[in-house]
Amino acid sequence: MKNPTDFDFHDLQALLRFGHGQLTESCFMLLNIADPAAAKEWLRRAPVSSAKAVSPIPTTALQIAFSVEGLRVLGVREEVLAGFSDEFIVGMTGDESRSRRLGDTGKNSPEYWQWGSDPSQVPHLVLLLYAQKDGMTAWRETIENDRFAAAFQLVRVLPTDDLEDIEPFGFTDGLSQPSIDWEARQSTDLHDCDRYSNRLAVGELVLGYPNEYGLYTTRPLIDPHEDESAALLPGAEDNPSLKDFGRNGSYLVIRQLHQDVPGFWQYVDREAGFVPAKREQLAASMVGRKRNGTPLGPFVAENIPGIAQNDPVNNFTYEDDPAGHKCPIGAHIRRANPRTGDFPPGVTGFISRFIKMFGFGQRRPDEDLIASSRFHRLLRRGRNYGPILPPEEAIKPDAPEAERGLQFVVLVANISRQFEFVQNAWLVGTAFGGVQHERDPLLGGREPLPDGGTADSFTRPDPAGPRQKSCQLPQFVTVGGGGYFFMPGLRALQYIAASSLTGSDKSS
Amino acid sequence: MMPQSTFMISAVIRQGQMETLRALLRTMNEGVGHADPRNSLIPFGRFDRLHVARLVILEARTADEIKAYGLEPYAWRPTLVFLGDFDGERDSFLAELAGLAGPGLVKIFSCCEGFADNPGQLLQWLKEHDIRPKANYINWIGRTVRQVHEEDALHQSLAACLPGIIDAVGRENCRALRQKLLSHVELEKQAGRLSLTAPEPTPMGWKIRNLLHKLGIPLILLLVSPLFLLGSPIFFWRLRQLERSDPDFFIRPDRDHIQELSVQEDRDVSNQFNVFGDVKPGLFRLLTLKVLLLLLDYSARHVYNRGFLTRIRTIHFARWVLMDNNRRIYFASNYDGSHEAYMDDFINKVAWGLNLVFSNGVGYPPTRWLVKGGAEQEQKYKYTLRRHQLPSEVWYKAYPGLTAYDLSRNSRIRQGMEIRQESDAEIREWLSLI
Ligand code: HEM
Repeated sequence: MKNPTDFDFHDLQALLRFGHGQLTESCFMLLNIADPAAAKEWLRRAPVSSAKAVSPIPTTALQIAFSVEGLRVLGVREEVLAGFSDEFIVGMTGDESRSRRLGDTGKNSPEYWQWGSDPSQVPHLVLLLYAQKDGMTAWRETIENDRFAAAFQLVRVLPTDDLEDIEPFGFTDGLSQPSIDWEARQSTDLHDCDRYSNRLAVGELVLGYPNEYGLYTTRPLIDPHEDESAALLPGAEDNPSLKDFGRNGSYLVIRQLHQDVPGFWQYVDREAGFVPAKREQLAASMVGRKRNGTPLGPFVAENIPGIAQNDPVNNFTYEDDPAGHKCPIGAHIRRANPRTGDFPPGVTGFISRFIKMFGFGQRRPDEDLIASSRFHRLLRRGRNYGPILPPEEAIKPDAPEAERGLQFVVLVANISRQFEFVQNAWLVGTAFGGVQHERDPLLGGREPLPDGGTADSFTRPDPAGPRQKSCQLPQFVTVGGGGYFFMPGLRALQYIAASSLTGSDKSS
Repeated sequence: MMPQSTFMISAVIRQGQMETLRALLRTMNEGVGHADPRNSLIPFGRFDRLHVARLVILEARTADEIKAYGLEPYAWRPTLVFLGDFDGERDSFLAELAGLAGPGLVKIFSCCEGFADNPGQLLQWLKEHDIRPKANYINWIGRTVRQVHEEDALHQSLAACLPGIIDAVGRENCRALRQKLLSHVELEKQAGRLSLTAPEPTPMGWKIRNLLHKLGIPLILLLVSPLFLLGSPIFFWRLRQLERSDPDFFIRPDRDHIQELSVQEDRDVSNQFNVFGDVKPGLFRLLTLKVLLLLLDYSARHVYNRGFLTRIRTIHFARWVLMDNNRRIYFASNYDGSHEAYMDDFINKVAWGLNLVFSNGVGYPPTRWLVKGGAEQEQKYKYTLRRHQLPSEVWYKAYPGLTAYDLSRNSRIRQGMEIRQESDAEIREWLSLI
């Protein structure tokens, strides 16, 4: 067991530990590298925020992540890049099969994106800037110094606005996050994870540490004898003779998600027969929380590791609501994190475990349809954009149209098992937990299935019997851009800044 | 009840015919790897007993892995296999195949060895080239294609008329709702728009064979169990010795290979899966594998025949076939959800079960005591499976859009209709399925 202070926080970018909540202004810059040498020079001195806790808390923050092309342009060798995951190397849009899995088809297809659609033109790096209220202009000036201007070309600034933790549809966001087990206190042994825990192994979010399988996720390891500049990197825990380029790094997934706020509320209002209370109810059941964040329980009070007993908004699982009478199975937060353990409820000892292991003793026909949550968690770090439009305004036929949405950002150690799985199997999957003809009510596309079956409804199970069904949901969320990036540890960042551009030297 | 059967026609592809064959098979598809049910070679849609079918070219892409044991790869010539699962007896189905798809099959198998000589005896040839699986899994024994279609139509019809009925009698009045739904079905039946055929009688021959199998295998096992008990220390000693010394592979699959596989995935709610590889060398592994496959087959036939294979509920059909003089094993399955979700199920729900069988295959992550380790090594395991996976040239499923869970729900809807439901709770539960 490790001490919390033992963790190498000063090598970790702050975003893995803090959401920079107090820094209400943010600016996500997508950059291309104009001059690799100048870029390295700038990177070497970049004031990147580390996860070391300081007080008072800083008034600004900077985080950096690279696309595979960005690393390549900076001279990171192909052998090193080959150690990254395929998803990162190929990119979010590089493969039509991936787009299909992610639901990036129809109106969401990359061909309509404003940025990131062409895999060869994914921005080289993304800078995430954070500042206190009214501090961004000054912070940007500091960051965008002369060397910066020589090094980079600004591709696009992703808009963000401070909506005070309310996402554009009007719901409180950012309430549920995994509680990262920095001290590695919790066992990941298969026999110890029958029930849901909110505590998550560091290796699920940060490369170079054991993940929920107790194993190290594949990442680039470098032989220091072949590459001297790698000497400054931390050693690989699972392979001490090699240096770990991935350690303290993480994959950063960005998707720009446009939200059609009037479209959402007008549909919900119509469906609710223009009765305000019913409108609120339907919208809440689509999200899985009321607008103020209250879950749709009451659920039986739980004792969930990683969640405070008195946490009013997170101390619950769906164990005592298997049919979805309180929170529909298809609600956004139930899909995004079904709060399942390795076993369905009812495993209390050796014998019941044995019975369940062989598939027997099912209490309900729809038991055990959903995978265990701990292998599919996301650390969400998104920010919203667009002018606030309260539901009461949004339902009016002349509600002002505007660019509104979510700059969706998540950090994960395994893009395919975490982000892509959640997006594919849980959110846009039409077979999640036995639902019929529906995708995520908030963000799913609505095209019919290839066999012609519809996939545009949303149902609320009802104790009275027949499920309450809403049909022909319009698409409320449209993807506008996205990419996979690698957010290195700080020593790895120095390694990138120091790598010798040999690739380009040789060719010149 | 009419139980299902399987077929798998296997034939070595003639030298130089590979590209012709691939091009020919492509003409059967409407999407990458997905059959057009009306294609002219094998019009799958016309076989109303056929659940799933596929054509796969078995190539030994991972044959070199056996070099890690100091052995030369066994020679293997690319082989075409045509396999499927259907209702009823094998012979009659093969005859139907030869009848309805004769010219197409002749065209396809002309690319294979030993066919050109006797195209006139197609049926005979098919029978001679049919290989039986060593273990076979059927999600629900006796659920016929006809039943699947009829019950799906029933569900859709009920779902379409329920909202109108709710408007008329209110959603709280469950008995009235049920009554109206039942009369709706009666009317639809009379109008010929719905039919719910009663199950056929179970064939006597099958019943007897099944019973003999059910009792015979445990009897034999009981008889040899003293032997096994005596031998078990040696067995486990040898097993551990092999498990410790087996080479450990951590080879990342080629990106092009993965791409070739994933283009055909996630186009329907279900996917097909083929893996093909070498059995580990030595008699010990082969015998272990054979015994385990026997047990697997037994449990699939007599225990796991009602919608779940241990905790896995997403497999429609699966089979394990030994080929090439028991030197190679071929596994084929039809499952619901994405590949990643399938792997997830394997690793997190039944790693032990997979290990039992697949740990006897070359390239599998090391196990301990046959059940521990193995698939629990997530990344290694995923690499191994992808490396040994092969695409299907053509894949057909008779009920696209329906998962195994959908099928069982549809059956529950029908059953709920055919029995008398006494309590309100039962009725409400039934209504919630629609
Ligand atoms: C514009 C699109 C989206 C909107 C409006 C939205 C909105 C929300 C809201 C209101 C919550 C509840 C607050 C909370 O529990 O913290 C939430 C939770 C969550 N969302 Fe989203 N979301 C969107 C997209 C996504 C996407 C694309 C993913 C994943 C791929 C995702 C994953 C999650 C997760 C994991 C949670 C937490 C669930 C839990 O732990 O209980 N969301 N979202």
